[in-house]
Amino acid sequence: MAESAERWEAADAGPRGVGRVRRRPGAAAFQAGWAYLLIVGMWVRSTMAYRLSFVMTALGNFAATALDFVTIVLMFAHVRVLGGFTLPEVAFLYGTTSTAFGVADLLMGSMDRLGRRVRDGTLDTLLLRPVPVLAQVAADRFALRRLGRITQGLLVLGWALMRVDVAWTPVKVVLLPVMLVSGAAIFCAVFVAGGAFQFWASDASEVQNSVTYGGNTMLQYPPGVFARELVRGVTFVVPLAFVNWLPALRILGEPDPLGLPGWVDFLSPVVAFCCCALAGAAWRAGLRSYRSTGS
Amino acid sequence: MGDATGGAGTVIELDGVEKVFEVRRRAGALRRTRHEVRAVDGISFSVPRGEVVGYIGPNGAGKSTTIKMLTGILNPSAGRIRIDGIDPTRERTRLARRIGVVFGQRTTLWWDLPLRDSYHLVRRMYRIEPARYARNLEACVELLDLGPLLDVPVRQLSLGQRMRGDIAAALLHDPEVLYLDEPTIGLDVVSKTKVRSFLREVNAERGTTVLLTTHDLTDIETLCRRVMVIDHGRLVYDGDLAGLHAVGESERTLVVDFARELPPVELPGARCVRSEGPRQWLAFPASASAAPLVAALADRFPLVDLSVREPAIEDVIARMYGAAEDRRSGA
Repeated sequence: MAESAERWEAADAGPRGVGRVRRRPGAAAFQAGWAYLLIVGMWVRSTMAYRLSFVMTALGNFAATALDFVTIVLMFAHVRVLGGFTLPEVAFLYGTTSTAFGVADLLMGSMDRLGRRVRDGTLDTLLLRPVPVLAQVAADRFALRRLGRITQGLLVLGWALMRVDVAWTPVKVVLLPVMLVSGAAIFCAVFVAGGAFQFWASDASEVQNSVTYGGNTMLQYPPGVFARELVRGVTFVVPLAFVNWLPALRILGEPDPLGLPGWVDFLSPVVAFCCCALAGAAWRAGLRSYRSTGS
Repeated sequence: MGDATGGAGTVIELDGVEKVFEVRRRAGALRRTRHEVRAVDGISFSVPRGEVVGYIGPNGAGKSTTIKMLTGILNPSAGRIRIDGIDPTRERTRLARRIGVVFGQRTTLWWDLPLRDSYHLVRRMYRIEPARYARNLEACVELLDLGPLLDVPVRQLSLGQRMRGDIAAALLHDPEVLYLDEPTIGLDVVSKTKVRSFLREVNAERGTTVLLTTHDLTDIETLCRRVMVIDHGRLVYDGDLAGLHAVGESERTLVVDFARELPPVELPGARCVRSEGPRQWLAFPASASAAPLVAALADRFPLVDLSVREPAIEDVIARMYGAAEDRRSGA
């Protein structure tokens, strides 16, 4: 016992009782990422213990999301153009947002359970462990079956890239992966911000779902089919337009319904970074509020 | 290592700790009234290394709130807390490596995972060295009879099994302090005994400091030399158990079944508080032994059966608090 206690002394030889051990933000992020992977790894192993069950649920996830796209294809049986977009162009929008959203849903989809944890008090047990709470909430019950959605999005995107009429330039080629990564980051930020909101309103997960799942569905269609106010809202308020609309308009060479300056199309990484920073701040504020009110 | 890990062998230190919740209540269609609830109202105490302390009080007295502040789940509204020299508010995750926590009402394990996987994850999270982990796990498995349960998902365990699993999980990283919030609630007698003897062993062998809340007086009697009583957010008693009974003027009850119906018996040091046919309830001071009373009864009356009932801790505290109020209003 004494021996082990001394080992702990050596392990964290920070100043004691005199103040906070200052950690660099990078170290904190590394800690969170490490803990996240640790928990995810365990869930993946436990999922893989029932391989057949995993394959079935992943296929189910794939089929359920594929129906979305079937709806769009059926729509194009009656019209040739939707909001100024052809079927391959809509498929391009669909594939990009579905992939970005699928990645975010896979990584952060468990955030909407936070409200329940606050209500039934199980959040307390997460606060007892020596790893960041965000990592624990996000990694909880990591659902590998959500790969189904990503696969489906990537398939549609692949089909769209074969059919779509684009004059590819180096800029456009780089813009595509940047758009996917930024889009996933923006959706992740929305998931985290939605989770943070549930510290105050523990039954607000539906609000979050309307932004994430609803937003994803919206981005599958061309901006031209929506009211201008709505398009403004998802550009300036919850900046989902940066997930795919603005960069996709650039790639497809379509006009921007809001008439924003051209360079805005390239802002997705900046917007994604800001969203993540804001979501992180919201999360910390939420956790602080929880620890001071206990509700 | 005494001075390296906090002042003069003191592990838990509280100084004027308060926790105030603001409760909003609906008063009409739109109007809401706010009022403050002082769950913990100025508590100070310290616990030396290696001590086992019972922290008791009626429901809503502030026990759980105190434990939540000591573990860093909640931040105190006022006052100062140090656990092994660490401020829980500012360094929650560093503190987490030095404490173990068991909530009787809920598990800290992963509901869908087998115990073995939960423990493995605990090992990685706390960065426990493999050799030490193996040693601690082996000891827990043996003493808590966990062997056959290791591959069962937590949700399939019975309450007693789950509790044993939780206690093991809280000890794998060799915590300096172990908090137990009602560790025997809802357990059967065998499980309770198992848990108690294990905790005694942990305290004796590793010198782990233990703070335990409970409603079960037997937990206190078998484990704690020191008892703290909290009521209405204040510490109303801090001392040993015998002293608590003396202060609380608590009484045990001897339930006697006579061979036939008798008028209420009168014996020195006991009084009949209830009688129902041949059965009578005799109250006597908890600090006195039941043996002379039983001998006197057996001497004079034909007995069929008897049993001793311990005073409920709530009664002891209610009396004690009532007595304190009386003195205050009398003075």
